[in-house]
Amino acid sequence: MDDLRELYQEVILDHSKRPRNFRRPPTSNRQAKGHNPLCGDRLTLYLQVEDGRVADVAFEGSGCAISVASASLMTEMVKGKTIGEAETMFHYFHELLTGKSAPSAAPGPEFEKLSVLAGVRDYPVRVKCATLPWHTLTAALDAKPRDEIRTE
Amino acid sequence: MTGAQRTDRHHNQPPLDVNRIRQDFPILSRLVHGKKLVFLDSGASAQKPRAVIDAIKNCYENEYANIHRGVYYLSQVATEAFEEARRKVQRFLNAAESREIIFVRGGTEAINLVAQTYGRKFIKDGDEVVISAMEHHANIVPWQMLREQTGLVLKVVPINDDGEFMLEEYEKLLSPRTKLVAVTHVSNALGTITPVREIIRLAHAKGALVLLDGCQAVPHTPIDVQELDCDFYAFSAHKLYGPSGIGILYGKAQILEAMPPYQGGGDMIVSVTFEHTEYNGIPHKFEAGTPHISGAVGLGAAIDYVTAIGLDRIAAHEDRVLHYATERVKEIKGLRLIGTAKEKAGILSFTLPNVHPHDIGTILDKQGIAVRVGHHCAQPVMDRFDVPATARASLAVYNTNEEIDALIAGLHKVREIFG
Ligand SMILES: Cc1ncc(COP(=O)(O)O)c(C=O)c1O
Repeated sequence: MDDLRELYQEVILDHSKRPRNFRRPPTSNRQAKGHNPLCGDRLTLYLQVEDGRVADVAFEGSGCAISVASASLMTEMVKGKTIGEAETMFHYFHELLTGKSAPSAAPGPEFEKLSVLAGVRDYPVRVKCATLPWHTLTAALDAKPRDEIRTE
Repeated sequence: MTGAQRTDRHHNQPPLDVNRIRQDFPILSRLVHGKKLVFLDSGASAQKPRAVIDAIKNCYENEYANIHRGVYYLSQVATEAFEEARRKVQRFLNAAESREIIFVRGGTEAINLVAQTYGRKFIKDGDEVVISAMEHHANIVPWQMLREQTGLVLKVVPINDDGEFMLEEYEKLLSPRTKLVAVTHVSNALGTITPVREIIRLAHAKGALVLLDGCQAVPHTPIDVQELDCDFYAFSAHKLYGPSGIGILYGKAQILEAMPPYQGGGDMIVSVTFEHTEYNGIPHKFEAGTPHISGAVGLGAAIDYVTAIGLDRIAAHEDRVLHYATERVKEIKGLRLIGTAKEKAGILSFTLPNVHPHDIGTILDKQGIAVRVGHHCAQPVMDRFDVPATARASLAVYNTNEEIDALIAGLHKVREIFG
């Protein structure tokens, strides 16, 4: 049970029930769709990128608590960041979930938020749920528009 | 209710000594995450009894060589064991002859074989193949592939809100151009038992053949292919307590004889020259290459195992547990059963409001409870019920009411975490 509380922390449950930036914005200049066929998680990510910065970001879709919470947290974190900063966050997050050992310290205070998802590393089949929004973000930031990204 | 008629049909079956049966399955005594394993995913693949494990071990330790090829002793012993397994399957399905039993890799390959041999030869542009809205992808995609090759028209029989096969709609879909009806006998996503007798009768009246996907039916109900009068019957050994990598296609001899071979290679020929090859007769015509010898032996042992207990008794036991589970889940607030057909076998598919099935699966797993979550290779069924996925508990001979109690306790924990 305690293990499960580690995975399903209040913050995660909160973000999954009330996802932030959960909307379809009237304008966006980058978009990508993410799909995890194994469990049916689906999201569409909308970005407004201006001068190399994520001026606005929002998403729509449905999925498990982990994927929705991860998407919600991600939109909060990358808003206002440069593309380079967003990519650094993804690399850190990826290490956090899949690295041989979890990174000892976050590179900066704005990274701390991600640590609520650190418990996912003990659930290998769920890592893909947590990383789907980030893979989708990478696809959206890619210059070449890609329509659907899968994590399976 | 899990089907009044069905329960009546089994009501006089003496109860099983489930605790004794559980001892036949070594894996059931292991712990998962420090908890007693509660295995509720036999619909995906059943666990194996000691008798099957031992038969496979004995095959490799004492009776192994390639078959149909050697003049030496061991090859004859292995060939005999393999062919004896075929006869066991024949008796199990009550097929008229053992040459009507073809060893394949599983239910999937059995259906692909029919599509690619019978289908390529006999189904022409504009001919119709009828399937249902509750098919496993294994009984959808092969027909779509054949459609690409032949231009056939694929028709889909709808299901009602309980997940039942709609016979009247089916009857309307049949036409003089219907060549084949390929439907599941029991749905893996819903548990529905389809009205196969009527399906077959109506198809035959139009001159169409019928293939039954028996993957989910064979572990739960006795099959008599002659009485059913189906033209093809497909199943996988691994859902019947046997090994994976082996399965069966039954076909009526005269239909199989008219079909071209499936793959080319050794064993499926009588003679080969560079100018001309003469094919072997059935079943060998469809069994090119060295088969899964120990798999066939393991399947034979699995058939012996379920036959000794009696499939009617197994079905009666599973019906009781399913009925108990169906009643108990009512206490979980908001739980929605997907698949409430009157006639069901062994499957309880459900969703919880505001909890994704994937999260249900993880929380149950932590308590040692194995259920399947996802679309169960039946995405059209998910679309029909407008859900992305379901959680599915599926039953086997070794499941108990106490395990259902564990499932219910687990679902209460899900509610506790998700509020
Ligand atoms: C109804 C049904 N048909 C076909 C299959 C495919 O069986 P296999 O994967 O063993 O070939 C399954 C297995 O999940 C099934 O449940």
